[in-house]
Amino acid sequence: MNKIIEARNLAPDVKLFKIAAPQIANKRQAGQFVILRVHKEGERIPLTIADSNVQDGSITIIVQGIGKTTKYMNTLQAGDSIMDVVGPLGKPSHIACFGTVVVIGGGVGTAIAFPTAKALKQAGNHVVSIIGGRTKQLVILEEELRAVSDEVYPTTDDGSYGYQGMVTHKLQDLIKAGRKLDFVLAIGPIPMMAAVSEVTKQHHIKTTVSLNPIMVDGTGMCGGCRAVVDGKTVFVCVDGPEFDAHQVDYASLAKRNRSYLLQEKTAVEEFCKLDAMIKEKEYVRTAH
Amino acid sequence: MSELPIKDRMKIPRHHMIEQDAKQRTANFKEVNLGYTKEMALAEAMRCIQCKNPPCVAGCPVFVKIPEFIRKLETGDLAEAATILKMDNTLPAVCGRVCPQEEQCERVCTLGKKGEAVAVGYLERFVADWLRDYGKETAPAPVKSGKKVAIVGSGPAGLSCAGDLLRMGHAVTVFEALHEIGGVLMYGIPEFRLPKAIVQAEVEALRKAGVEFVTDYVIGLTETVDELLQKFAAVFVGVGAGLPYFLNIPGEQLVGVYSANEFLTRVNLMKAYEFPKCDTPVFEVKGKQVAVFGGGNTAMDAVRTSCRLGAARAMIIYRRTEKELPARIEEVKHAKEEGIEFIFLAAPVEFTGHDNGWLKSVTVQKMELGEPDASGRRKPVPIPGALETIPLDAAIIAIGNGSNPIISKTTPDLKVNKWGNILVDEKSMKSSKKGVFAGGDIVTGGATVILAMGAGRKAAQAIDEYLKKPEIWS
Ligand SMILES: Cc1cc2nc3c(=O)[nH]c(=O)nc-3n(C[C@H](O)[C@H](O)[C@H](O)COP(=O)(O)OP(=O)(O)OC[C@H]3O[C@@H](n4cnc5c(N)ncnc54)[C@H](O)[C@@H]3O)c2cc1C
Ligand code: SF4
Ligand code: FES
Repeated sequence: MNKIIEARNLAPDVKLFKIAAPQIANKRQAGQFVILRVHKEGERIPLTIADSNVQDGSITIIVQGIGKTTKYMNTLQAGDSIMDVVGPLGKPSHIACFGTVVVIGGGVGTAIAFPTAKALKQAGNHVVSIIGGRTKQLVILEEELRAVSDEVYPTTDDGSYGYQGMVTHKLQDLIKAGRKLDFVLAIGPIPMMAAVSEVTKQHHIKTTVSLNPIMVDGTGMCGGCRAVVDGKTVFVCVDGPEFDAHQVDYASLAKRNRSYLLQEKTAVEEFCKLDAMIKEKEYVRTAH
Repeated sequence: MSELPIKDRMKIPRHHMIEQDAKQRTANFKEVNLGYTKEMALAEAMRCIQCKNPPCVAGCPVFVKIPEFIRKLETGDLAEAATILKMDNTLPAVCGRVCPQEEQCERVCTLGKKGEAVAVGYLERFVADWLRDYGKETAPAPVKSGKKVAIVGSGPAGLSCAGDLLRMGHAVTVFEALHEIGGVLMYGIPEFRLPKAIVQAEVEALRKAGVEFVTDYVIGLTETVDELLQKFAAVFVGVGAGLPYFLNIPGEQLVGVYSANEFLTRVNLMKAYEFPKCDTPVFEVKGKQVAVFGGGNTAMDAVRTSCRLGAARAMIIYRRTEKELPARIEEVKHAKEEGIEFIFLAAPVEFTGHDNGWLKSVTVQKMELGEPDASGRRKPVPIPGALETIPLDAAIIAIGNGSNPIISKTTPDLKVNKWGNILVDEKSMKSSKKGVFAGGDIVTGGATVILAMGAGRKAAQAIDEYLKKPEIWS
């Protein structure tokens, strides 16, 4: 059992949790993740460790409510517990002083990119962060990224905040302006990572992406997280999650991530029914 | 009781296991074998002629005193029968269900020469189940030695090592990467063959006796072997063979292609058959065509699981013939009764998919038996041009496991062979690293429960000696 020390909303449906996990906090490095299971009937889902605090023995994770488990998690509060948390899993990010690096986060991908951005800054890089969201409310962690970046460019698809357009457009602008970019880290939805990869490939900029396949154990035991990189099968949970962006087969990954679309829909529907029922009960209770 | 002459004992026919009806059982996940009644067990025990130099004992990897425990059973002294059984086998309720008896004790049983072997496995199961249901709890472990041992991995190797060390008076902590204790017994072997309650009862007994279990703890990542060695006097590594092989043929990325490990973990450990009550989904196979590639126990477990999930056509595709199937004979028999189709002498060469990335079919190369190879077995060779395409919705690959590299990569001075198996001294299970012992599938590659258990016990013995004289390590 791992206690939730703090829980707060960052954006609609996006919540930050500080969880007590002292041993993981001791060990984790940027780029690593945990697998957690919320309760006895729960599934095992991977979540990147956004931050950690050795003093209070906590790790921070940021959750976007999409599936049943993440929606359920977003109903949890400080004081609640999570049944299982295991980690730190995966290989740490490759951190070096490249020169000027661009860290690109799309949606909740920003949360995954944050710890690596922080480590890149500590390694002496000039860090440029581009953080995108569909609309203003979905641009997250801007303040946190400002603290570890030299430049931050928020972008929104609808122009409600920052630069209007996609993260790739902003990246192209930087390239067109003649900026010398030595390294790009892109984390977000698969189409975004594929698009960034296209751009940087043309300009021969070394680029890393962090893949997010469906996982079960997270230790290399099941092969469910496999992806194709450089024509070879890799197990993302142990060989990754970060890979050379220009070698990843994004199309097959996107298809594999849709494996359980039907079941996920059922699960979310079940959850929403249940959630509505609970809320109604609470409403009845408080009304009396 | 008057002594029954050998002649008469040999006239008694072998008692068949009571089984759930094939039709009925394919619709549930309950255990297929229901066990002997007491009358059957006592009568079967009478068949044993108590050989002087019992070949069955020599055939058992851990040398269970088979005629002795059977004799006690025959006289109705179940408690004593259980005590004898437990001396050599710490997990008899498990082994009675999953050991390949036809390759071990029963293969060499004297009775088998003319007729049918004594049902040693069924008797072992009967005695072990009796012990669980009616036996007295074993006394807590003796005086503590003050020494602490860490066990990495909670499969049969780790559990048996833990049990023995505890009895020897040492404090034992078991670290397990998953959220449940039991290794393959929990995540691999299905409920219908090994009910999880049986594994959990064994684990609970160890817990009560004083073993500490820590789940969600990956040694190598959460803490390294070297860090363990700072807190524990010795470390036993029993992490199994958990790295599934794929076929390396085109189309393996398609949705619907699973490793057996993933498929079985989803269904057994994560209870996907109770979806959506349990959150973990598994590919919907109801009314669909499912093929399992391989011929071992894992393949049989996977194909029979898909049959229980409602597959319309569930098949085994194997490159050799029925004779070479490595699975337990009973599993093959059960699979056939359940309507599993066997396609022999066929090797997959390619999966093809629909536009949306879902599996559509497999193409197999038909084989024929060629010249005998060095081992005397006739090797399957491709029949030129004989390709066949089989429509498929799900494919499960059960061709074995390699060794998981997490421990070896994070423990550089632990020597492994080119397949990643930890190198040990066969007698003591000592590794190349002082204070570290290893056993089970991580040493042998995918083997059996009984061999893993035996290795765990051997290591416990050696660890006990080492703890008494830590200066000796060679
Ligand atoms: C589906 C299936 C069916 C089988 N059927 C039979 C059968 O009928 N009869 C038979 O005799 N054998 C059978 N086997 C083989 C048998 O189960 C194995 O040989 C046996 O379980 C090996 O035991 P072990 O203790 O070495 O490892 P395992 O049972 O594999 O246990 C290893 C444990 O270590 C954990 N672990 C791994 N890495 C780490 C780490 N770094 N830190 C902490 N924990 C870790 C794993 O999660 C696992 O729980 C079957 C195997 C499978 C997969
Ligand atoms: S070989 Fe068969 S008959 Fe002889 S002691 Fe063993 S079980 Fe009994
Ligand atoms: S999640 Fe199972 S091998 Fe990666």
